[in-house]
Amino acid sequence: MSNTRETTSAGPVSTADLARRDGSGAVAPLPSKPRRRGIDWSGRLEIAILAGPAVVVFVAFVIFPVVMAAYYGFFRWAGYGPPTNFVGLQNYLVILQDPAFLQALGHNAVIVVMSLVLQGPAAILLALLLNRKMRGQSIIRVLIFVPYVISEVVVGTGWSLILQTNGGLNGFLRNAGLGWVAHDWLADPSVAVWTLMGILTWKYIGFAVILFLAGLQSIPEELYEAAALDGASYWQIQRRITLPLLGPTLRIWVFLSIIGALQLFDLVYIIWGQYVSSTAGTSTMATYMVTNGRNAGNYGYGNAVAVVIFLISLVVALLYQRFVLRRDTEGALTERKAR
Amino acid sequence: MTAVASARAHRRAQQKGLPWGSPVVYFVALVVIALMLAPIAYIILGGFRTNAQITTDPAGFPNPWNVGNYLSVIGGGVFWRQVLNSTIVGAATTVGAVGLGLMASYVLARYRFRGRGALYSLFAAGLMFPITVAITPLYIVVRNLGLMNSLVGIIVPQIAFALPTTIIILVPFLRAIPDEIQESAFIDGCSRLGFFFRMVLRLSLPGVITTGILVFIGSWNSYLLPLFILNHEASFTLPLGVQAFSSQYSTDTAQVLAFTSLSMIPALVFFSLFERRIVGGLTGAVKG
Repeated sequence: MSNTRETTSAGPVSTADLARRDGSGAVAPLPSKPRRRGIDWSGRLEIAILAGPAVVVFVAFVIFPVVMAAYYGFFRWAGYGPPTNFVGLQNYLVILQDPAFLQALGHNAVIVVMSLVLQGPAAILLALLLNRKMRGQSIIRVLIFVPYVISEVVVGTGWSLILQTNGGLNGFLRNAGLGWVAHDWLADPSVAVWTLMGILTWKYIGFAVILFLAGLQSIPEELYEAAALDGASYWQIQRRITLPLLGPTLRIWVFLSIIGALQLFDLVYIIWGQYVSSTAGTSTMATYMVTNGRNAGNYGYGNAVAVVIFLISLVVALLYQRFVLRRDTEGALTERKAR
Repeated sequence: MTAVASARAHRRAQQKGLPWGSPVVYFVALVVIALMLAPIAYIILGGFRTNAQITTDPAGFPNPWNVGNYLSVIGGGVFWRQVLNSTIVGAATTVGAVGLGLMASYVLARYRFRGRGALYSLFAAGLMFPITVAITPLYIVVRNLGLMNSLVGIIVPQIAFALPTTIIILVPFLRAIPDEIQESAFIDGCSRLGFFFRMVLRLSLPGVITTGILVFIGSWNSYLLPLFILNHEASFTLPLGVQAFSSQYSTDTAQVLAFTSLSMIPALVFFSLFERRIVGGLTGAVKG
């Protein structure tokens, strides 16, 4: 191994570290040649071999399509041959003036807010509950996560059978003597959004609970012992110790939840189909995109909608990052600068 | 020796002595579990009923139990072909995403070079490009590559979209490998690539398993991409299959319920086997 020494000096092991080791006589003298440009050619080759494939695949199938979406968005284009009918900002003007899109945007906004309000507190309480040392805790955990693991299609198919007018829920309510509560859960515009929120909460709360549990387990036990010694009650401990220390996890979950809600597609598309969702008041920007883009054979327009969705998500994400996440995402979402 | 033994005894004592929580806690837990499982139970039980039973009483129990629906789904070729397709796609996506992700994470965690921060940000930015946004041009890219209706056309994009999460979870794990291990490997004449192939995989196994499970479940359940790419029934994965089946047999509710419940079994089994790993892996990632 002729190049071992050079690569070592260029690696993550700091030279100071090595020098210290040197003193103990464990390692041969360091190459006197100082690092000029951080890393030598064999190191660069290794980086290329190791990171290259990931970069290529990622750029080709994630970055490139996103860039192409921006390009296609300026054309009226049926998806075959190169786009030639350049229409400038026409697609975007149509999108922003289309009441159907604005409605969908409104639904997305409602879903973003309601997801946080409904799932957040419930998930925190559940995580606290499941974090207690008690018998049967692991089986309870598994069962609560079950809906999160099942695919959207299965969930959607199942729920639409349960919630249809002659479905399981209404049947159950009639059997229980609560026939007056029975509803047309899916088609009635005044209820449909709440039905959707119920399904979303049911489906995704498990993920929030997993995240929060992971966060709870990283809180040092000593803090609780000390607080208990000082005579703090259970709820005092949760409020003064758990919640603040859970902060970073909470903020990451809020971020993921917002982005997920802005991009919501599968469940709505499966349960309400492409046409009913807008009359039932559950259409989202993504279902609007698929309905008016691909399904209408209008690929240029669909891409423009995708760009709008992306820009809205990006602005929300950047604002959130700037004002809320900045303190704790260093290291998790962005590279820590100090290192 | 004695220390290990006593620690083990201590742990066993702790496990045995795990207290029964208060009744209130169990009551709340039971209610929540009932709410979570009721719809799933409805789907599974519904598969054991006949359509006549479902029509007369949509919320009743199977009476008598009827296994015909399940048998005819299991007996037909359609279901198994879709299971096979989903398994191939899931396995290939998992191996690809974890393999490429681990290699890239190793570079990001343990090499110092100009542009490392930029490279990390590039992948992290991928979190903001969910497949929804890129789906239309992605479809066109796949079509231009001639991969329509082929499983490869789903596998490769899925690997690409799984990379950001994989890398963000794996980098902290790789960074946590003590420098001393790496140094002594180098002293023993191990090159850096050799170190990667011989040691890194073993040392970061918890993270690798967590990301692997997340990628596999994500792939097993994915819907939007197959919806765009796969148009021939022979290439359908399970989610597309469930949807196709439920619209094709929309009048045969019991059969649809049976098909649906069978299709969720693999993900459930997979998850319950590895639940601990998922929570453990996320703990590492959240700590950063």
